[in-house]
Amino acid sequence: MSTVAEIDLSTEAKHADVETPLARPVIQLDHIHKIYTMGDVEVHALRGVSLTIREGEFVAIMGASGSGKSTMMNIIGCLDRPSRGAYILDGQDVSELSKDERADIRNRKIGFVFQGFNLLSRTSALENVELPMLYAGVEGAERRRRALDALASVGLAGREQNHPNQLSGGQQQRVAVARALVNQPALILADEPTGNLDSRTSVEVMEIFQRLNREHGITLILVTHEPDIAEYAKRIIVFKDGRIKRDELVADQRDAAEELRNLPEIVDEEED
Amino acid sequence: MNQLMIFKIAFRALARNKMRSALTMLGIIIGVGAVIAMVSIGQGAQASVQAQIASVGTNLLFVGAGSQNVGGVRSGTGATSSNTLTVDDIEAIRREIPSVAMASPTVNARSQMVFGNQNWNTQVQGVNEQFPQIRKWQIQSGEFFTEADVRTASRVLVIGATVAENLFSGLDPVGQSVRVRELPFRVIGVMARRGQDGQGRDQDDIAIAPFTTVQKKLLAITHVQFAHVSAVSPEATYLAQEQITDLLRQRHKLAPNQENDFFVRNLTDVAEAADETNRIMTLLLASIASVSLLVGGIGIMNIMLVSVTERTREIGIRMAIGARSSAVRTQFLIEAVVLSLMGGVIGIAVGLTISLLIPWLLTWPTLVSPTSIIGSVLFSAAVGIFFGYYPARKAASLDPIDALRYE
Repeated sequence: MSTVAEIDLSTEAKHADVETPLARPVIQLDHIHKIYTMGDVEVHALRGVSLTIREGEFVAIMGASGSGKSTMMNIIGCLDRPSRGAYILDGQDVSELSKDERADIRNRKIGFVFQGFNLLSRTSALENVELPMLYAGVEGAERRRRALDALASVGLAGREQNHPNQLSGGQQQRVAVARALVNQPALILADEPTGNLDSRTSVEVMEIFQRLNREHGITLILVTHEPDIAEYAKRIIVFKDGRIKRDELVADQRDAAEELRNLPEIVDEEED
Repeated sequence: MNQLMIFKIAFRALARNKMRSALTMLGIIIGVGAVIAMVSIGQGAQASVQAQIASVGTNLLFVGAGSQNVGGVRSGTGATSSNTLTVDDIEAIRREIPSVAMASPTVNARSQMVFGNQNWNTQVQGVNEQFPQIRKWQIQSGEFFTEADVRTASRVLVIGATVAENLFSGLDPVGQSVRVRELPFRVIGVMARRGQDGQGRDQDDIAIAPFTTVQKKLLAITHVQFAHVSAVSPEATYLAQEQITDLLRQRHKLAPNQENDFFVRNLTDVAEAADETNRIMTLLLASIASVSLLVGGIGIMNIMLVSVTERTREIGIRMAIGARSSAVRTQFLIEAVVLSLMGGVIGIAVGLTISLLIPWLLTWPTLVSPTSIIGSVLFSAAVGIFFGYYPARKAASLDPIDALRYE
């Protein structure tokens, strides 16, 4: 995992408050507004959101549909631009960037994990993971090595040549996580990553996220509407009507690795 | 983003849809194959006509007796009754015009020929001893008559291969005696086989005799109907044509306002006319075949448009993980160009195969030109770019958020 390791947080710090003054902010949002115009109607999706997320944080964003959490995610993910307000990502103002500049930012600084996995079909796991590096212009041998490392780090060594339809949902989501990791982004943005998974597989995916966060200090933002999934994060931000309704640290963070150990070993074709 | 990577991405995308890629290519394969095959047929015809004309001799000219105005009654050209051309005219052409190498007075008579119990109706052509050289026509057996035969109007015949077959059926005609209009003639030679001329007439269905013999013994005339004239070179034919015209007008004492009572035809004109016909045919065939290439191109656009819609999510994924619009556009454009170029290359192979098979199956001559091959490759690449651009631009203009949400 040398390719992904940037900060080595000690395991003792796992329940400590990472929001220390020392941690560098990865995301700084200052009075973000987003207004959609649908015909004659103006929809105010975000109404002045200010937020700071620091390096090494694991944040869950929650809210009902229409709360603005998807819009928030699109803006944080540089898929969309705010109508007003400033967005500093990893020290760079990205609120005014062009379409192509945002594509480059997404490629280098953000790793996406989606609800529907969003892997390329009829394409091997290895090639799927190589894809962001193709757009970053990483050379062949280096690209392959990094893709293999990333797949190994999510426990898919030996599955490199499998196509998505030959992998279970959990395995597909792990390929997606490997793809998100492979360009060493500043943050990983997971949009409902457990939405299509059963509860045990959900715990497995959360275990990978927690491990990446704890052992490699990767900043994670998790968008979910499931409160129990949100409890695997260290901090929960709840959106309502385009504003932040609650922003609090998780008092008793769930430990996916421990839960997995306690879960009865069921007959599971997903395990190799 | 490096171009080689985009090529790689495009190739991977095509390889993922082998069946669809193959079907899309089929349109271009048929189009390019058809263009190459059709053009090869047209050019084969052109080449064979040109070869035929070259074998006749491009420095050949025909002089014919023209229409004659006798008290308002005009006769047709080349008619037996038309007596505007004389042996002296032809002699003068041969002696006085430097651009003329040889000339032979020519008279034609159709006649029944009898040998034993066989008979055959053919054209008896009266010419002089220079005729084989003027027409570049070889003797197969025996010999051609001499200047002495012409002078003495001897009853000798040199026959064409068709006459030899029909009258002698296997027997050696040389030395045999045949009867033409009850007069005995001695066959002294057989001409080499020439086959059909440009108009499809059998050139071997002929008997050749001294023109003096035909004039006196068969037609009872003193004038000549035609003359075969050979210029010193193919380039000299136009000059010879002018000079012959001037000389004959002068000899016939024609006033400037009178029309020619003869005609001079240049075989180069005939060759050019035949060439033009074939060129138009080639163009016609090529344009019909091009329509199928166009249809193939529209097929590519159709598939690429379907492909963009079907792969909307894929495009969304690519954009989300960092593909610029230009990278997506280039990818789809390259996919279209690769499809059409590969179709073009396979189409060339198909076209060449057809061009090789046609002479076998249909006995039509074909000639594959490098121009048509290079042209088809360029055209198919252009088709790919032209018909691939719109779908590619459509793909590139997608919004990643909408594309990711597309079901």
